[in-house]
Amino acid sequence: MQFDQILQYTLSGLSTGAIYALIGIGFSIIYNSTGIINFAQGEFVMLGGMLTLFFIGVLKLPIWAAMPCAVLVSALGGLLFERLAIRPLRQPTPINIVIITIGGRILIRGLAMLLWGKDTHSLPPFSGDDPIAIGGATILPQHLWILAITVVIIAANKFFFYHTISGKAMRACSYNSRAAGLVGIDVRRMVLFSFVISSAMGAVAGIIVAPLTMTAYDVGVMLGLKGFCAAIIGGMSSGVATVVGGLILGVLESLGAGLISSGYKDAIAFIILLLILFIRPQGLFGKAESERV
Amino acid sequence: MKKELLKFLAFAVLVLAAPYALSGGYIMNVLVFVGINTMLAVALNLLLGYAGQISLGHAGFFGLGAYLSGILTTTAGWNPWLVMPLAAALVGVMAFVIGFPILKLKGHYLAMATLGLGIIIYIVFNETVDYTGGPSGLSGIPNLSAGSITFDSDVKNYYLIWSFTLAVCLFAINLANSRVGRALRAIHDSEVAARVVGVNARLLKVQIFALSAMISALAGSLYAHTMTFISPASFGFNFSIELLTMVVIGGLGSIYGSFLGAALLTLLPEFLRAAQDYDIVIYGGMLMVMVMFMPGGLVRGVPDLVRKLVKPRGGDRHA
Repeated sequence: MQFDQILQYTLSGLSTGAIYALIGIGFSIIYNSTGIINFAQGEFVMLGGMLTLFFIGVLKLPIWAAMPCAVLVSALGGLLFERLAIRPLRQPTPINIVIITIGGRILIRGLAMLLWGKDTHSLPPFSGDDPIAIGGATILPQHLWILAITVVIIAANKFFFYHTISGKAMRACSYNSRAAGLVGIDVRRMVLFSFVISSAMGAVAGIIVAPLTMTAYDVGVMLGLKGFCAAIIGGMSSGVATVVGGLILGVLESLGAGLISSGYKDAIAFIILLLILFIRPQGLFGKAESERV
Repeated sequence: MKKELLKFLAFAVLVLAAPYALSGGYIMNVLVFVGINTMLAVALNLLLGYAGQISLGHAGFFGLGAYLSGILTTTAGWNPWLVMPLAAALVGVMAFVIGFPILKLKGHYLAMATLGLGIIIYIVFNETVDYTGGPSGLSGIPNLSAGSITFDSDVKNYYLIWSFTLAVCLFAINLANSRVGRALRAIHDSEVAARVVGVNARLLKVQIFALSAMISALAGSLYAHTMTFISPASFGFNFSIELLTMVVIGGLGSIYGSFLGAALLTLLPEFLRAAQDYDIVIYGGMLMVMVMFMPGGLVRGVPDLVRKLVKPRGGDRHA
């Protein structure tokens, strides 16, 4: 087994892992403010990539303008989703929420298929595709973009949740939404915010990964599930633990695909998911909590 | 209980008489699938509607039944009637073993875990090419035969499938009205309360999960023998969602609801042939609309709606 080979798989695993981390944080933000796992999360990742293509191809916008537009439209989608599907729910039992977010997922994916067809598209890389040599391995500039943008987003996220009044209010809701309501926080608005933020983050993930892996109407399922897997490893935290979870998943998957079998690449993520759920449902780094009745 | 039995008999008579009223191989062929899907929806409903435990991986159990039957009757040349219960038992044991850790999880986590399980099974179907034929599928599975009758026509298959489906329905109705059914509903409402009054909630959940998987595997075996060809595409995540849609649309906790949901979702694409790409959008929309406006499913929602429409606003009974 070559050291160079392992380095290569690790490096490319880190950048896919960063994508999983971004998506995973999106899951955690909604989960922490509402207790909901949003099964439609992956579709916003798809929307990010597909909308960027749409803005570039149909509206002829330059790529730097198309990307923020795509993020905005996806965030708007998240807003509509919360207002039209989640909030009006009369019996918000976990099973009903699972079913409605799955329904939303299928609907968004189906609409994307009708609008943009079934073809796979690729987005041009942000800055060329000349490989950069690191040690005995090479990476693409896009890998660096992914890592850099992920770091920026996570830093911005940290700043928002710890240093702005809205962010602090959202954290208050996640600790105890009734108490937050009592001190005058508009809990419903915070829930809405959490959907908007996480769909925007999903869209960013979808945009920065599109030049590497291509995009199509159906990429949301796998990316969404793996993002969830990252969040589970991180114990549904919206901070560093989920980032580490994403990176671990990305690297294991990449090493597994390279060294064991590429056919089973997707199975690796789900086996890890099941193992974590069975053995440490509180995440790799969390402490066990007892159930409240 | 007597009323339940009469209802079932009426249903059975309708089902068995249907071929005389309807003619044409095409519609019979579709009704064979309604039968298989009803069996699957009833299986999932036992878990979701009665015990309140979600599974997004039932297509995997369905597929395991189909592949076990397919492989053992073609490659190994075993007797199909022998393989069928064997496949169901194997899948049941597997579900029982994995049921203990998986059913410890609740709500969203359970949904994700069963989803993951279903996808792993699906990937295995695709990758074990030597046994399953991989993505291109497994063909040449023999039709079932009993004595001198070979079940190779649509009408014969209709009776074959529906006798199994009716048996499964009767079994499910009996189970739902038994001590076990009541215990399951207790778990559904409050697992802690159920345990306090002496229901072994953990074991019962695992048992019903295994039972549900066994029925799904049986449906899978029957599917393999009627289709004579299977491929992984029929057992993917989308089919798990389709099953969920059937159960939710028909009505959680209602056996006839499962039949209604299965019939609707099997017939709808046949009538919407022109709109084939739209069907997935329609499923998604239907799921959302049902959960929002008719959480009880068609079996409860439609009578409620009729009552509301027949009675004027304010429900003046003296008028």
